[in-house]
Amino acid sequence: MSAAVVQQTTHPPTARNVAVRCLGLSKIYGEGENQVPALRGIDLEIYTGELLMLVGPSGCGKTTLISVIAGILDRSDGECVTLDHDYARMSVAARTAWRGRYIGFVFQSFNLIPALTAAENVAIPLLIQGKPRNQAIRQAAAMLDRVGLGNKIAARPSQLSGGQQQRVAIARALVHGPSLVVCDEPTSALDATTGKKVMELLREVALDGERCLVVVTHDTRIFSFADRIAHMSDGRLEDITSGSQHPIF
Amino acid sequence: MNSIALKMLFGDRLKYIGLIVGIAFASMLICQQASILVGLTKQTGSFIRDTSHADLWIMDPQVRFSQDSQPLRDTVIQQARGVTGVEWAVPLYQAFTRGQLADGTRISMILIGLDDATLLGGPPLMTQGTLVDLRRDRGVLIDVATAPNKLFMKRGGGRELRVGDHLAVNDNDAVVVGGYRARASFFWEPVIYTTYSRALQWAPRERNLLSFVLVKIKPGADLERVRQAIERKTGLKARTNEEFMQLTADYILNATGIIINFGMAVALGFFIGLIVAGQTLYNFTLDNLRHYGSLKAMGVANGTLARMVLVQSLTVATFGYGIGVGLASIMGLLTSKVGLAFAMPWQIPALTAVAILTICMVASLLSLIPVFRLEPAVVFKG
Repeated sequence: MSAAVVQQTTHPPTARNVAVRCLGLSKIYGEGENQVPALRGIDLEIYTGELLMLVGPSGCGKTTLISVIAGILDRSDGECVTLDHDYARMSVAARTAWRGRYIGFVFQSFNLIPALTAAENVAIPLLIQGKPRNQAIRQAAAMLDRVGLGNKIAARPSQLSGGQQQRVAIARALVHGPSLVVCDEPTSALDATTGKKVMELLREVALDGERCLVVVTHDTRIFSFADRIAHMSDGRLEDITSGSQHPIF
Repeated sequence: MNSIALKMLFGDRLKYIGLIVGIAFASMLICQQASILVGLTKQTGSFIRDTSHADLWIMDPQVRFSQDSQPLRDTVIQQARGVTGVEWAVPLYQAFTRGQLADGTRISMILIGLDDATLLGGPPLMTQGTLVDLRRDRGVLIDVATAPNKLFMKRGGGRELRVGDHLAVNDNDAVVVGGYRARASFFWEPVIYTTYSRALQWAPRERNLLSFVLVKIKPGADLERVRQAIERKTGLKARTNEEFMQLTADYILNATGIIINFGMAVALGFFIGLIVAGQTLYNFTLDNLRHYGSLKAMGVANGTLARMVLVQSLTVATFGYGIGVGLASIMGLLTSKVGLAFAMPWQIPALTAVAILTICMVASLLSLIPVFRLEPAVVFKG
């Protein structure tokens, strides 16, 4: 990690456990003359128990960075160790299985399967891990209750509002107790009030001492929910600021 | 994950129904056309089946099918009777001939002449009169089931030929003395039975008129040995019922090109099924690509995704196959009632199942290509 970045962090790394460590991380799309660098030497540490936001203009590399951190995209150069695992040293199958166990995902457009009920959608990560269906559904129902949707267990996504769908997606991301949750633009499809409720939920339910959240966003209204905000531009990490520097939404 | 795959399938009702309809149509087409082909093949041997009293048919080696009678010397009958192990040997006359119904309607017919003494080789089921009635003056038997079509007198009021009616056989007066019911035949011409001696009187003049000699083997005698002895003694060919049916079926299927036509229909069913099922399943998978991407990101391996698509595919295959084969059976039941060729031995549904399974496997593999190529990172692209 570069000294500049260390100085910019609001929490000293020695005080907390490092969940994700990126050193000189780069990602290049395409080959030969068509090469497009998406990440250019990212140095970043993310700590357990924190909510880090990745912000910046479109195309600056935010999504590429969480994709590499989450192990769904290979890096081109540098290092990236997530929860003490280096994906480059893992087989595709092992990486996929590991991801299913330790990482939760919240997508911009929720990505709930329309044919499934809320409980069935939430149960997916447990089914992936091979849990019996009934047990998975029971656990999913309990998680839905935690996100305030205990009365919507049997509802299908089409019967839920946008905010409710995102809460289902959050429940799905948390139901298997992951150590890292990556959220891609979790509020961009929601109105301001609903977006705020979703972020409150993320902080209340998702964040605990053992888990960290990485949220990609360009929604300035939710910056105040972050512990730290990593500002990106043109594939580079420009700056890291504290979420408390931003006015409460 | 299988239950999720099925829920995804049932959730898209339009595509689900489209898939089942496509598979059902393909199953029905494959099953029905193959059953008609088998039915037709069976019908080519109807006359031989109906003449099932004999164990062997002695015939000219150049005979190609059951209606292709090549004349034999009359002495063949005595030669056959002299072979050890032969219980009886009787002559059978068979030839295409011209006829005219009482109202003047001209017809072509197949005239069968049965041994005068024994009347062996006669139709399997008499419905009016008895076989012995053939001994009455100028007596003939007609197939009552096909008479409304094949022996219909168009002039006057219009009616089918009945017992008691007269008709001309090769310009010789004949009287219908009885009716029989035979198996549906591949050949269109009506089959009219009379005695052997009368058939010879009515037949056009030729040096030899004997068509076949029907031979019954004594109980306990070795058929193969008797056959070889007959062939040695007569210089002719002796065939069992099964061999003669196979010879007939092979010749007709090859000579008429019927097997190619039905083969094409079966192939058409296969390819229609493949295209419809393949395209619909492919579109279904493309529509769900985002969800498959999410599942991949969340830790579902390609193998599990492949299993999900296969489960979906096998489910529609099972329902579609059941509906298709069911429809083909119902149609077969209805068409066989009006005498059309249809026979569905167990091999046809089994082969249809293999064809449908192949269709679904190919369709699944095609639709799995985009799933396997899918980068899970695509789920983060808005």
